[in-house]
Amino acid sequence: LKQVVAKHAVRSLSSITVPLPDISVYRFEKNLFPQKAETNREEMLKYFKAMTFQRRIEIACDEIYKMKQARGFCHLMDGQEAVAVGIEAGITLQDYIITAYRCHGFMLGRGGTPEKILGEMMGKLNGVSKGKGGSMHMTSQKNRFFGGNGIVGAQIPIGTGLAYGIKYEEKKEVCVTLYGDGAANQGQLFEAANMAMLWKLPVIYVCENNGFAMGTSVARASANTNLYARLDLIPGARINGQHIYAVREAIKFAKEWCLSGKGPVCLELLTYRYHGHSMSDSGLTYRTREDIQKVRKERDPIMTVSYTHLTLPTKAQVQISVVAEPLKKK
Amino acid sequence: MGLFKTKEDMLKVLTRAASKQVYTRVLLPKSLRAFSAGPAPLKMDFSEKVNTNEIKLKNPTKLKKMNICQSITNALDIALATNPNTFVYGEDVKFGGVFRCTVGLNEKYGTDRVFNTPLSEQGIIGFSVGLVAAGGVAIPEIQFGDYIFPAFDQFVNEVAKYRYRTNGLFNTGGICCRVAYGAVGHGGHYHSQTPEAHFMHTAGLTMVIPRNPIQAKGLLLASIRSPDPVIFFEPKILYRMSEDMVPEEDYEIPLRKAEVIKEGKDVTLLGYGASVRQLQMAAKMAEEKGIACEIIDLRTILPYDFETIEKSVNKTGRLLITHEAPITSGAAAEIAAKTIEKCFLHMKAPVKRVCGYDTPFPFVYEPFYLPNRVKIFDGIQELMAYQLELLLNQWLSLIHISEPTRPLYISYAVFCLKKKKNT
Repeated sequence: LKQVVAKHAVRSLSSITVPLPDISVYRFEKNLFPQKAETNREEMLKYFKAMTFQRRIEIACDEIYKMKQARGFCHLMDGQEAVAVGIEAGITLQDYIITAYRCHGFMLGRGGTPEKILGEMMGKLNGVSKGKGGSMHMTSQKNRFFGGNGIVGAQIPIGTGLAYGIKYEEKKEVCVTLYGDGAANQGQLFEAANMAMLWKLPVIYVCENNGFAMGTSVARASANTNLYARLDLIPGARINGQHIYAVREAIKFAKEWCLSGKGPVCLELLTYRYHGHSMSDSGLTYRTREDIQKVRKERDPIMTVSYTHLTLPTKAQVQISVVAEPLKKK
Repeated sequence: MGLFKTKEDMLKVLTRAASKQVYTRVLLPKSLRAFSAGPAPLKMDFSEKVNTNEIKLKNPTKLKKMNICQSITNALDIALATNPNTFVYGEDVKFGGVFRCTVGLNEKYGTDRVFNTPLSEQGIIGFSVGLVAAGGVAIPEIQFGDYIFPAFDQFVNEVAKYRYRTNGLFNTGGICCRVAYGAVGHGGHYHSQTPEAHFMHTAGLTMVIPRNPIQAKGLLLASIRSPDPVIFFEPKILYRMSEDMVPEEDYEIPLRKAEVIKEGKDVTLLGYGASVRQLQMAAKMAEEKGIACEIIDLRTILPYDFETIEKSVNKTGRLLITHEAPITSGAAAEIAAKTIEKCFLHMKAPVKRVCGYDTPFPFVYEPFYLPNRVKIFDGIQELMAYQLELLLNQWLSLIHISEPTRPLYISYAVFCLKKKKNT
């Protein structure tokens, strides 16, 4: 992909076409999905900055947790940045997002600043929830981000209810409800999905499949590993979650589908997390270091946006490290 | 001052009360009251020896140093070895579990007996009901007590009622569900809850909570082999902290019996799980003030052993119950009600409950929330000083001193008393 992008990279502000990777579909026509994305250098730089920022903040969270300044449970999403930035790119701030406990990236996209996030983890009053929620419970009322939920799968019926509220008020908005591959086996998901399809609610179910539920791989937990095809009549698609443009276009398509009244959509984003499940999990008892290094080399989300162009990444790197300095001080 | 003509009169009455050895309260130093990090634990040896009255061992000398985690692995090993129809399963159990309680079991007994389940608590417990109704012995694991609630329906409506509704044809006695529960210092809302109160309301369930490795192994083996369904709560903060010389052989501790850990004549302290440590520390603090405490570890929360409690309260006349769960309708509330019902005339003070507050389990405010040794010690003092303070309160109300100002008079009276004692 790097070579393809480099070939098309023109040193001007003209638009760049990025071909999207192949997808699997369920109860959809494959040709309905877009096969390329239009973008330009500024957008690429914007996404690159956003994702690198998230990566830096996750690393900073790791550091403060190891220094015991933050306590509680800390679930980091480095390696999954394309999911957060891609979804944010595909929807507006008027749309609702609700997710599980791996939520720092989403909080950043919805008005969180490093001070607020790290402060929340350390239990300080300037934190997002005034220190009472911790890493898992960060929300924003103004920007319609409903957190940050600790119990696995509990956010799915909540997201469905939010979608009902949207439909009742006849607004042109959607509710993006995220869950993981572990929650894909919870009864709550199927109950909520049934209600959503029955009442044609504007909810996009996004399964962040990072391959492991705590320590159990998807193959050993789910009989049907096509998590996009598990919600019966709800149509689904499996997207490469490390490719930010694939995520963005898929979410845009899903939003249009929902707003046209055809009902909910299920997207499975194949992604990966470099850290363990939480800070108390080393992440190495159920996978090897080589696996993690391989993903870092071949499927890192930030890489898909960086060019082989030499100067631009380094400039961007410098800018980002300048921004990341204050949070390193904390 | 209608009741007393002079100050000397008042002092005479108070000295008479004091001569009956009525206790006066002591304010602990500020260093212990700064709760921002919780009071530091007292340096005490919590390790115990095997109680030979309860446990009859064949090789009493074959002991091994284990913490609760290892003793549970040992117990599961013995259970799996002695009964070939035993199954251990749960989330992430195969590689050893998130707390390393099932390390090595999969390698020894195979994946058809020790296996992982998907992330579905309701499914796990419902599946267990079927498994034991078909004749097996199931030991499911719920990873954290906070996640037991999806399975609440299965526990309350199926596990507890199976024997009753089939008139004994089938039963779920083979279930022993292991749950890692309790505050751990950094758990926050969803890794620290103690859900035993939610289940206390359900007849048909048995709940067992150990305090140290010797108890954990014996109680777990007894729970697995008991003919009734058991929920076995393991205090996760003690997984590594609590170490003892545990007998390596197969032994059981009887269920539905509380244990008196320490004898005393002044006040009865009742607790279970991790709270027993706090009680022991508070009892040590109280000893320095001359109060002899009797400590009871409840062990089986439901059905609880009331005989032991009754005997103790009839002896001491004062009861203090503690647990980490919120105070309203916690386990302490039930035991307190029963105690007052049966032992009212023997009691010198009402039952004192030192428990968590009625809030969700807090994230940063955990040291303020937990019932620690300082709060328990304050509770002991309140119990001991109750009679004197009751008398004083009654007199002050007779002479129409309003409630807010009474503490002032009481502290003055106590001050005079002390002065009188010292002279």
